Amino acid sequence: MTAGPEDEDGFHARLRAYEGKPAATAGRGKDPVNLPMIRHWCEAMGDAHPAYRGPDAVAPPAMLQAWTMGGLSGHADRSEAYGELLGLLDGAGYTSVVATDCEQEYLRPLRPGDTITFDTVVESVSPRKTTRLGTGHFVTTRTDVRTGGELAGTHRFRILKYAPAARGTAPGPPEPPKAAPRRPRPVVNRDNAGFWEGVAEHRLLIQRCTACGALRFPWLPGCAACGSPEWDTVEAGGGGTVHSYVVMHHPPFPAFDPPYAVGLIELAEGVRMISNVVGVPYDEVRIGMPVRLEFQRVDEELELPVFRASEGER
Amino acid sequence: MKALPQAGDALPPLEIAVTRTLIVAGAVASRDYQDVHHDAEAAREKGSPDVFMNILTTNGLVGRYVTDHFGPRSVLRALTIRLGAPNHPGDTMTLTGTVVEVAEGPDGTATARVRIAGANGLGHHVTGTATVEVPR
Repeated sequence: MTAGPEDEDGFHARLRAYEGKPAATAGRGKDPVNLPMIRHWCEAMGDAHPAYRGPDAVAPPAMLQAWTMGGLSGHADRSEAYGELLGLLDGAGYTSVVATDCEQEYLRPLRPGDTITFDTVVESVSPRKTTRLGTGHFVTTRTDVRTGGELAGTHRFRILKYAPAARGTAPGPPEPPKAAPRRPRPVVNRDNAGFWEGVAEHRLLIQRCTACGALRFPWLPGCAACGSPEWDTVEAGGGGTVHSYVVMHHPPFPAFDPPYAVGLIELAEGVRMISNVVGVPYDEVRIGMPVRLEFQRVDEELELPVFRASEGER
Repeated sequence: MKALPQAGDALPPLEIAVTRTLIVAGAVASRDYQDVHHDAEAAREKGSPDVFMNILTTNGLVGRYVTDHFGPRSVLRALTIRLGAPNHPGDTMTLTGTVVEVAEGPDGTATARVRIAGANGLGHHVTGTATVEVPR
């Protein structure tokens, strides 16, 4: 079972108790640095650097971690504490593992014949995070790799221990067809309800402070210029320009079809809003491009204001 | 003789065909027998559509990309990488790099910091920074 939200803090505190504890003490590389393993690595990577060949060969620095790997027979050097930490995560349902970050510094070259020792410490365990793969905790370790007692390199490594989000198409009954994923619903509250009422009538409403006249968007309970809570609205004329934009490539959230352009639109009235830029390929959106408001029906209950690149601007 | 690197230099892109063979060869050469790097069925059980490249192979490819460019006397001093979209079989990863900073030592050795990105069909597989020494 995955830990529920009610005991999430308590579970994280138990995980954090392992921060600073050793994950491996005086671990030993299973093989001394050697030419065959170097050659296999270079062959796989397509690396023809001359320093990694011949009688004076050094190991490719990026190979640092390979010398500390447990291989098929596993890690004999793992500490009890690290085993417990991983066991705790496994027990909570976070049984899968994927590496996300690797930071290495290479202090001296490793040469054939060098024997490897290493010490690893648990640096941090993150709060629970949800990623595309699933929900879990990031575990960061730091390893000092030595040869002949001398520090050869350091290696910081981050893994995600996670509960898989969904199973693949393993044998089993065919799944019933799923409803197409829908866009997230807007969160409508008393501070922004008027905006969504405007959208329903195909009117883009901007708040105006009745004390100082400042326009504001998005909707807020008070005026950022003078603090007054009194306001009325003006309807946007619909003209604007692309003030800035990003192109969304990854991750592909359900109901969205990347790549697409997300624009920061400066309305003719002077306020800015974030929305999609449509009617132009995502890679042809440009800063300064004139755009015009329109309302796009997303599904049977959701309509959104979007901005169409004006004619003749492509 | 190659001119010393300068901030702003762009490295020519390198396209890596992400084959099943490369993924498995890289995993084995780095002594990584996690099943998700060689067993497609096990990978699917864990929520991934297929096997995917391990981080050590990505690290090795980034290291190769940098020293290929800076030449036979270049030496890697540091590599920092973060993985994003996985490298699945059939994809192509295009590595690009830009020199962001160069420091010259008293002996004329240049130490360059290079920002690296590797994009595949899903987005950025890897982003990171390499530090490489280039002797005069």
